[in-house]
Amino acid sequence: MKYIDEFRTGTLAQKIAAKITSEVSLQRDYHFMEFCGGHTHAISRFGIIDLLPGNVHMIHGPGCPVCVLPIGRVENAIRLAQTPGLILCSYGDMLRIPTANGMSLLKAKAQGADIRMVYSSADAIKIAQKNPQHQVVFFAIGFETTTPPTAVAIRQAQMLGLNNFTVFCNHVLTPSAISHILQSAEVRQLGLVPIDGFIGPAHVSVVIGSQPYEYFAEEFQKPVVIAGFEPLDVMQAILMLIRQINAGRAEVENEFTRAVLPAGNIKAQRLVAEIFELRRIFEWRGLGLVPYSALKIKSCYADFDAEQRFQIPALSIADNKACECGAILRGVKRPQDCKIFGTVCTPENPIGSCMVSSEGACAAHYSYGRFRERNRTARKEN
Amino acid sequence: MLMCLAIPACVEQLINENSAIVNLGGIRKEISLALVADIVPGDYVIVHVGFALQKLDQMEAERTLAMFAEISALNKENT
Repeated sequence: MKYIDEFRTGTLAQKIAAKITSEVSLQRDYHFMEFCGGHTHAISRFGIIDLLPGNVHMIHGPGCPVCVLPIGRVENAIRLAQTPGLILCSYGDMLRIPTANGMSLLKAKAQGADIRMVYSSADAIKIAQKNPQHQVVFFAIGFETTTPPTAVAIRQAQMLGLNNFTVFCNHVLTPSAISHILQSAEVRQLGLVPIDGFIGPAHVSVVIGSQPYEYFAEEFQKPVVIAGFEPLDVMQAILMLIRQINAGRAEVENEFTRAVLPAGNIKAQRLVAEIFELRRIFEWRGLGLVPYSALKIKSCYADFDAEQRFQIPALSIADNKACECGAILRGVKRPQDCKIFGTVCTPENPIGSCMVSSEGACAAHYSYGRFRERNRTARKEN
Repeated sequence: MLMCLAIPACVEQLINENSAIVNLGGIRKEISLALVADIVPGDYVIVHVGFALQKLDQMEAERTLAMFAEISALNKENT
């Protein structure tokens, strides 16, 4: 496919890798966090780690929207779905997230709850139109990429005069999560992870632009390179980060110029600003309570806010004790450091959220990386 | 279904002001154009959860690929 295949050319990847090897300083280590789950997936799937010198370390960040949603909110969604006569529309990735008692939206569906998997918020609108006698709730999750589509749905519901459509809003913000990782005392207490620079998200940046990252570069003196999701994009971004560090620079650079403008998608931003406002505080799995890190629906759109129409209690449910999702989301631990990884917890029977979504660090490592390390060790022994 | 993985797709046909049919490697799919402006058939757009998030800048894509190629040319000189 055009604009995909040419960014996956293996020979070019080898060449960029050779360039990286020739430019790294052997006197130091480089720790880069890829914030976004899409990058985590690409790094695992295309074996990028194997192309990097041993002193370049990639740390998975909390940018998988399915993974960071706390169990309490998933439990809220399950209870909503169990309301008689209510139809809950959800992105497919959410359905298998387990809650405290082993329940999930998928199990609730099997028990008779009317849960519809949708590809797009527009599908949820269509379901509401077709079922005027039912309350239809769209379980909205995700970072800045899925928020504008939710905003479009709310606007559309208003234009169509739909009085049976509401949104259970769980949209979260990338910049607040990054600054929380860098400066929160609680996160530090839970374990410190050295980060020398960030690979900035691809499609989040398509929406918000490259400007919001200027603050990190300046305030925390950490370089940020925004990269596309293809393997050559990621390799090139790593090279650009290494160059910044070697030169003592901490700037925002954009490798994904084919889709990211400095100001982002202003039309999408305006729509989001019209419908949503900041929540004072929101719980993240792995990061705890993060101030001003999520969005809620403005009171003038309260008619479309599920939290206004239904009783949705604030539930705080702890993760399964054996599950290391929290530490993995902060970059403190790796999937293979978790005792239940690949044994009790697998994509078929996930215990933690990181094993559910294909962008989750555990699922990515399970699908693409779990034999790599064993092979590497075997090679060394031979 | 990969919710968050967005991909570039070619716009084949406009249905109305706010929607279009795109071709994703042979699969034709209706998407919303509500978040973008001035899209014409032949444009590539980044598609995410059924919405075009941005028009892909084909010139910039070529420039990025040229930059990769430049790296490979430099490597050859070094070896």
